Amino acid sequence: MSLPTPQYKLSALRNGEVYEPAEDTFLLIDAIEKDIKVGVFPTNLEIGRIFQDIRSRQPQIVLEIGCGSGVVSTFVNQALHRKVVSIATDVNAKALECSLETARMNGVNLEVIRSDLDQGLQRLQGKVDLLLFNPPYVPTSEEAKSNIERCWAGGPSGRSTLDRLLPRVPDLLSPKGVFYLVALHANDIPSLLRFSDHLKGNVSMERRCGIEHLYILRFVRI
Amino acid sequence: MTPFQTMRLLTHNFLSSGFLKNAPTGYPLKLNAIKIETKEADFDEKFIKNMIPKINYECLKSTALGIDSNVHLPDALPEDWESNEAFLKEVHRVLMCVEIVEGELQCPDTGRIFPIRDGIPNMLVQEEEKMDEQPE
Repeated sequence: MSLPTPQYKLSALRNGEVYEPAEDTFLLIDAIEKDIKVGVFPTNLEIGRIFQDIRSRQPQIVLEIGCGSGVVSTFVNQALHRKVVSIATDVNAKALECSLETARMNGVNLEVIRSDLDQGLQRLQGKVDLLLFNPPYVPTSEEAKSNIERCWAGGPSGRSTLDRLLPRVPDLLSPKGVFYLVALHANDIPSLLRFSDHLKGNVSMERRCGIEHLYILRFVRI
Repeated sequence: MTPFQTMRLLTHNFLSSGFLKNAPTGYPLKLNAIKIETKEADFDEKFIKNMIPKINYECLKSTALGIDSNVHLPDALPEDWESNEAFLKEVHRVLMCVEIVEGELQCPDTGRIFPIRDGIPNMLVQEEEKMDEQPE
C-alpha cells in the first residue's frame, strides 16, 4: 500500500507565486517512499547492498532546501511517523507560508527559515540525515528574476543554483546521511553523480514526462 | 493563537550568522522576543534523548532563560540526563512548546538584526554583507 500524498491547498499557492507540486515533486516523493519501504523486504539483497533503507538509518534531522509548497517535507515527516525534525528553507516568503499551511493541514511540524539555500544553518554541519533538494533545473538563457521564475529557471546549464549548493553537501550530511536531488537529463547526470569524492551517487528513479527526462539522484557517504 | 506552528527554540538552536563578514562565530544569536506563544506538544522521550546530543545545551538554556524566567534548566547538562525524566520534560517544553511569533535575532558579533515575522526567521542578507566565499 502506498503512503498518501499530503493534502495541500491550491489557494495557498498564492496565485502562482509558489511552485505548484508537479511531476518532479511526485517523482521525488516516489523515490523517497521506495527507500522507506525497502526495509519491509529484508530479502532485497541487491538494493540492501547498495543502500541501507532510510528507516534503519534512524534519521533525526531532515533538511529541505527550497521547499516551495512544503509537500515533500510534509510527506517525509509523515512517512517517518513524525519522529524527525523537518527543517525547510526557501528564499520566497510566500512559499514558506504555503509550506506551513501544508504542514498544518497534515498535522506535522515544519521548522521553516527564509534563507538562501542553507545560509544561517552552518550549525547543522554533519547533522543532516536526509537532505532534499529539488532545484530550479531548467536551462534558461538568463538568470531568474521573479519568484515563480526562480522555481524553475536554472541559468545556462540549468545548474546555477545547484552548483552553489553542491560544494556544501558533503559537510552538511551526517555520517549516515542521504542526499536526494532532482535533476534533468540536460543537467549532465554522469557528472552530477561524481560531483564529490566523498559521496557515492546513483540513479534512484527516472521518468520521462513530456519533453522532460527527470532523474532522482541519491548520494550517500563512501 | 496563530494557526500555524511558528519558530521554536529548536530552530533557534541551529541558526547562526557566521556567514556574515566580521562574524567569526555568529553564535548564539541573541533572541529578542516580542510575541511568544506556548503550545502543547506530546512528550516523546526517545525523540528528546536523540535531540539532546545534537543541540547546543548552553545556547538553549541561556536563550530560554532570556525569554522566560520560569525555565528550570541546570547550568550544565546533568550527568544523569538520560534517565532524569523531570529534566527531559523541561527540555521538551522549552525546545518544542515555546514558539516565537514576532521578534528578532541579533548577531552577537556585528549586531546585525534578523527579523522574525509571523513566526518565520528571515536570514536573507545583501550579497555585500556576506563573507567572501572560500575558493574550493
